[in-house]
Amino acid sequence: MSIQQESKPLVRMEQIAKAFHPDEVNEVALFENFNLTIREGSFVSVVGSNGSGKTTILNLLCGSIPVDSGKIFVRDREITKLSEYAHSRFIGRVFQDPAKGTCPQLTILENMALADQKGKPYGLAHGVNRKRIDAYRSQLELLKLGLEDKLEVTVGSLSGGQRQALALLIATMTPIDLLILDEHTAALDPRSSETVMELTERVVKEKHLTALMVTHNLRFAVRYGDRLLMMHRGKIVLDHEGEKKNSLEVRDLTDRFNEISIEDGN
Amino acid sequence: MDVFFNLILAILEEGFIYGIMAVGVYITYRVLDFPDLSVDGTFPMGACLTAVLISHGMNPWLACLCAFFAGTIAGGVTGLLHVKLHITDLLSGILVMTALWSVNLATIMGGKATVTIFNSNTIFNSGIAMLLPNAAAQFRVVILAAAVCLFIKYLTDAYLRTRSGLLLRAAGDNAQYVISLGKDPGSMKILGLMIGNGCTALSGSILAQQAGSANVASGTGMVVMALASVIIGTTVFRKVKFMRATSAVVCGAILYKACLAGAMQMGLDTNYLKLLMAVIFTIALVGNQFTLGRRKKQHVDPTRI
Repeated sequence: MSIQQESKPLVRMEQIAKAFHPDEVNEVALFENFNLTIREGSFVSVVGSNGSGKTTILNLLCGSIPVDSGKIFVRDREITKLSEYAHSRFIGRVFQDPAKGTCPQLTILENMALADQKGKPYGLAHGVNRKRIDAYRSQLELLKLGLEDKLEVTVGSLSGGQRQALALLIATMTPIDLLILDEHTAALDPRSSETVMELTERVVKEKHLTALMVTHNLRFAVRYGDRLLMMHRGKIVLDHEGEKKNSLEVRDLTDRFNEISIEDGN
Repeated sequence: MDVFFNLILAILEEGFIYGIMAVGVYITYRVLDFPDLSVDGTFPMGACLTAVLISHGMNPWLACLCAFFAGTIAGGVTGLLHVKLHITDLLSGILVMTALWSVNLATIMGGKATVTIFNSNTIFNSGIAMLLPNAAAQFRVVILAAAVCLFIKYLTDAYLRTRSGLLLRAAGDNAQYVISLGKDPGSMKILGLMIGNGCTALSGSILAQQAGSANVASGTGMVVMALASVIIGTTVFRKVKFMRATSAVVCGAILYKACLAGAMQMGLDTNYLKLLMAVIFTIALVGNQFTLGRRKKQHVDPTRI
């Protein structure tokens, strides 16, 4: 815990305001003066009911949607105004939909070759660098899904769990500052989501990544990561880390959920 | 027999020439998933520009190159309209197609609807073509057309295997993936449209040299013809494993030309040509839906490993 508190802040979201459907009858002011700091090397899980703003945080961080006001910094560099694709140079993202993180028409090999080139120019050299194949294969072996023998198979014919595992590998292939996990196990069956989640933890540890994970699975939120946030209506209503986070149980979270619901009068 | 032979030759000549356009439209329609209507304008632009340049004494191969570059510019405009100004894909194409009519008529052709180049040097009656033995004189056009078409096809195949080519395929398949790689899928779309329209203009350029004239109105129906070639080719030859999609669309163009020629031989009035083109296209589309529909369902259920 003490080590973590000394580590530098990696991401800072300062005084963020974000409203949906502005100037309309159904205007929803989700964030008003929202602040969040993520320290380098931490693994943050975010839980919360639908509409609490979990995914919006991710979308704002990735530049998928613009902020109304406020600033976002990564390593003290302001990224608020960058376009979405420019964010990807230092942020890796795994989506809920396994189809989003890979390219279905291309083979596993071509997908990995493309990801390998991230941050470098995509010129007229041959798309797949044959010298790198062994490196790709050994990376795939880490997944323990047998994909290393299916390099020439198109990704579209893989199962959701396999695609998500590959997407995780691809998102973390080149050095990134922040890994964003957007309910990345939600579309998978229980067994696959366990596999992908274990894999996630291993990859994050091995590559010393900072990760921000949004999940509806309270068990995962409790078991993985060293900090847990609970969101409600654009506000952080619970923020535990270190020892306090480790002693959390699923029941504590469901209790807190119920409290919030009662406050809301549901 | 001689009539039949000449018919086959004519089909192959035109099939290869339109095959160049089919390869270009394959890139926009199949790889990028962009229904590009500007083709109706870039095809006659290539033809008109070539005719005017050749009639001014330019080397025909150089004229081909100029036509290609003019096509890339037009395609780039379509792309910019779509990507930067957020105009829908169909409308961007229609806007460029409409604007090109005036560009072709007023700027390139100087107000004339037709320019003839019967007495000028074309790729078919000068330079390399003359190296072919006289005995092969009647095959000159088909040989050169096939050579250019296959050259473009192989170049496209090679490009699609490069890093940039893979990124282009990814942009059409899953734009979000390209964003994740830190690249702008919009730029890839523009690039693809430039290549596609460049090929289309080149196709127009070569057709003008084969026909010996260029007409501003020659673009009508080119979209239908190109899309039909692409769809017929990829549907009919999908099962053929060793065949690349680009080869399939060239064969599609030849098949399509054969269908038209066959109908004409059976005594169909030439005025019904465009109607027939539309009918063949419809049949191709419906046939494609059948086979594609079946393939879509095979998609893996993402919730199962």
